Amino acid sequence: MSSITSLNRAQIAKLVAQTLPDGSYVNLGIGMPTLVADYLPEDREIILHSENGILGMGRTAIDHEIDYDIINASRTPIILLEGASITEHTNSFAMMRGGHLDYSILGGFQVAVNGDLANWITDAPDAIAAIGGAMDLAVGAKNVIVMLDHTTRDGKPKLLTTCTYPLTGIKVVNWVYTDLAVIEVKDNAFHVHAMVDGLSLEELQAKTEGKLVADTPPKKIALDENQQPYYKN
Amino acid sequence: MINKIVSSHLEALEQIPNGASVIVGGFGDAGIPFELLASLQKMGTKDLTIISNNAGTRENGIAGLIKNGQVRKIICSHPRPPLSDVFANAFRAGQVELECMPQGTLAERLRAAGAGLGPFFTPTGYGTRVAEGKEARVVDGVGYILEQPLRGDFALVKAHLGDRWGNLTYRWAARNFNPVMCTAAKNTIAQVDKIVELGELHPEHVMTPGIFVKSIVLAGAGNV
Repeated sequence: MSSITSLNRAQIAKLVAQTLPDGSYVNLGIGMPTLVADYLPEDREIILHSENGILGMGRTAIDHEIDYDIINASRTPIILLEGASITEHTNSFAMMRGGHLDYSILGGFQVAVNGDLANWITDAPDAIAAIGGAMDLAVGAKNVIVMLDHTTRDGKPKLLTTCTYPLTGIKVVNWVYTDLAVIEVKDNAFHVHAMVDGLSLEELQAKTEGKLVADTPPKKIALDENQQPYYKN
Repeated sequence: MINKIVSSHLEALEQIPNGASVIVGGFGDAGIPFELLASLQKMGTKDLTIISNNAGTRENGIAGLIKNGQVRKIICSHPRPPLSDVFANAFRAGQVELECMPQGTLAERLRAAGAGLGPFFTPTGYGTRVAEGKEARVVDGVGYILEQPLRGDFALVKAHLGDRWGNLTYRWAARNFNPVMCTAAKNTIAQVDKIVELGELHPEHVMTPGIFVKSIVLAGAGNV
């Protein structure tokens, strides 16, 4: 039995942020994806979109910067970068649905091998339907990255052969970043690109219902002395 | 002479009958016409269908109307942001109906209504529960579902500046749904922070042309 360390949310967010290229237009969904904003590489211009019509969103506003007419999708006051723009809702969703965003980064309950995503309702008895922008973000972007824990709290897989919760979008997910692995979703399989150091593909498969494939030996994700994740090989 | 400025909330809102469908602007707290909604709550207009992005938070705005028993149905994209217990309790008690749809579909259904379009095909929701009961079609390998235009009898919007012709500007991200909602109602009532003289708004800066607006009232024109 190997000793492995799973990644925390900030460490997952850092790995996602490192993949975003200079000049890309990115929407960060509610929940874990919002952490990605804290780790964007400083040497790249990455333009963040917020569904309420903002392109060029900056960090959270503090003190005198706070203006409740300048908020993000989570209703938090933010600042605008130089070069930012504001538009109305149909135009904002044209950016999303129309394929203009390079990356949509979403949270998820479940992802299936065919790229199906479930992230809007669990069908618990008291659940009330709330879709928001999730379905538009799932269909529209050139690349959809889903960030989620590899398993539920009681150890059940979230990467499945078929989603059991109601779907947000069908065949939409391109990449999955979990606390254990970085996985590309294509050709009806989960292609493992990287795993936390010390974990074997067999051990990862035991926590994954859908079929795992390693086209080349997966990279190892290790933590440096500052607990920052990096690819070891 | 055109003068769309009305002097009180009562004059603006008394046109709304019981049973009307009312589109309400805003996203988060930005761009919600809170002052007009507070007056509508005091007037007690009943059996309303509210079309908005959310279903109200805390106990004011749309939540105030729900709490006061004035809302029959909510049509929105996200009824469960934080602090939305007034809606949740009313919904679970069977006091208010819910029609929930993707946010971009809500915006585009309003746009279709305002632009004189019929139903339209969108990829959003294809293959999901949202598609149930709707015509679906695959074109060039992409699946779409057919969505209907969404009109309202009235729209209540929040703008920043307005003039007597009904031209409007909005502050920052308080714009959000407000411009498209102005187009989707038979009768749009805008609350504004300030009324300016005709000509003060530069034509290039007008965000909602006055043709889409029936009345303008100062947010602080006095509650009912």
